[in-house]
Amino acid sequence: MSDYAADVAALARKDLLLELRSRDTLPAMLLFVVSALTVFHFALPAGSSARAETGLLWIAIVFTALLGLTRAFAAEREHGALDGLVLAPSDRSAIWLGKTIGVTAFLVLAELVALPAFALFFHSLSWELVAAVALADVGIAAIGTVLAAMAAASRARELLLPLMFLPLVIPVVIGGVGASVAVNPGSFLAFLALYDAVFVILCWASFEYVVTE
Amino acid sequence: MIRAQNLSKRFGDKRVLEGLDLEVARGGFVIVTGPNGSGKTTLLRLCAGLAAPTDGELDVYVPRGRIGFLGHESLLYGELTALENLELYGRLYRLPERRERSGAMLERFGLWRVRNERAGTFSRGMLQRLALCRTFLHDPDLLLLDEPFDGLDAEGAELLHAELTERSATALVATHDPEALEPRATARLALA
Repeated sequence: MSDYAADVAALARKDLLLELRSRDTLPAMLLFVVSALTVFHFALPAGSSARAETGLLWIAIVFTALLGLTRAFAAEREHGALDGLVLAPSDRSAIWLGKTIGVTAFLVLAELVALPAFALFFHSLSWELVAAVALADVGIAAIGTVLAAMAAASRARELLLPLMFLPLVIPVVIGGVGASVAVNPGSFLAFLALYDAVFVILCWASFEYVVTE
Repeated sequence: MIRAQNLSKRFGDKRVLEGLDLEVARGGFVIVTGPNGSGKTTLLRLCAGLAAPTDGELDVYVPRGRIGFLGHESLLYGELTALENLELYGRLYRLPERRERSGAMLERFGLWRVRNERAGTFSRGMLQRLALCRTFLHDPDLLLLDEPFDGLDAEGAELLHAELTERSATALVATHDPEALEPRATARLALA
């Protein structure tokens, strides 16, 4: 394994271990996504369209991700550990990639509960919906991690993160809902893949500047 | 090893450092003194590359990975054990035999018996000892230490003295207790 891959693996493993011990983020994400879907189930009138139901699933996913992202750099803030990571000779993009892997893992675990709950409350899952969720996770985690790192340096981080994150994930919601209900979902899935590719490259290249003054 | 010319740092309208000239040769040991808010911490953060100067020039002729930085915070993870924290940093600093090296550092600073306890459960003094282990773990060529004796008991202070005496690394040490380090010092910088 190259040094870069080993650094990323060590940082991602650290995040998973921290969550396993503190249980701060994942239980909150699970509780939130199930509660949101339950509320939507009772709020939505009977006979609503599949588009409306799927739209609510995407809203639940985006806000669940936001909840996880607000905690993404909590461990680093606690004792200033982000400075320690920045000072290490490893490539700083490895910090982003390790954290993105951790955020993606938490999001996938939340969706392992959310998708069956959605099927139970609304309608059955299609492969297009599952594929769209998987593609969206990559983009959400990639851009969310960079924005969470930027917000972590600010005193108004709880306010700043949603303000920066939500406008940037509107394309994910458009692509996700489109892929789930359109007759031709291929173009929407391709759009989500393109979104992922563009933002993964941008975030990977820009993280160095985000964590240095 | 460090050369600063007309170095300034401002946070908004507040001037923290203004027009500082500094030259530290290889092996130099500079004690930085000054009242609260005089810019000691800022100077160390600038030298570490954790902050950028507002004006002036600062050249630090040491690669990033050869700097040992001790700040006000421990830069550790509270939910990881002492050993796990050092092993993580050992990995990121590409140290060979990092487990043995981490163990040796913990032993040196009297933390071996609590190596498997979470850093978040440590007292202030124990956390400072662990932060010192992290700082010295990779045998840095440049030490940037901000109040290194903070929170240490007499035994911890003695261990740190021994560590600093044995090492030939260039050092910039910010302290309110300069007398303790006077025998090792090659220069003194008083910030106002």
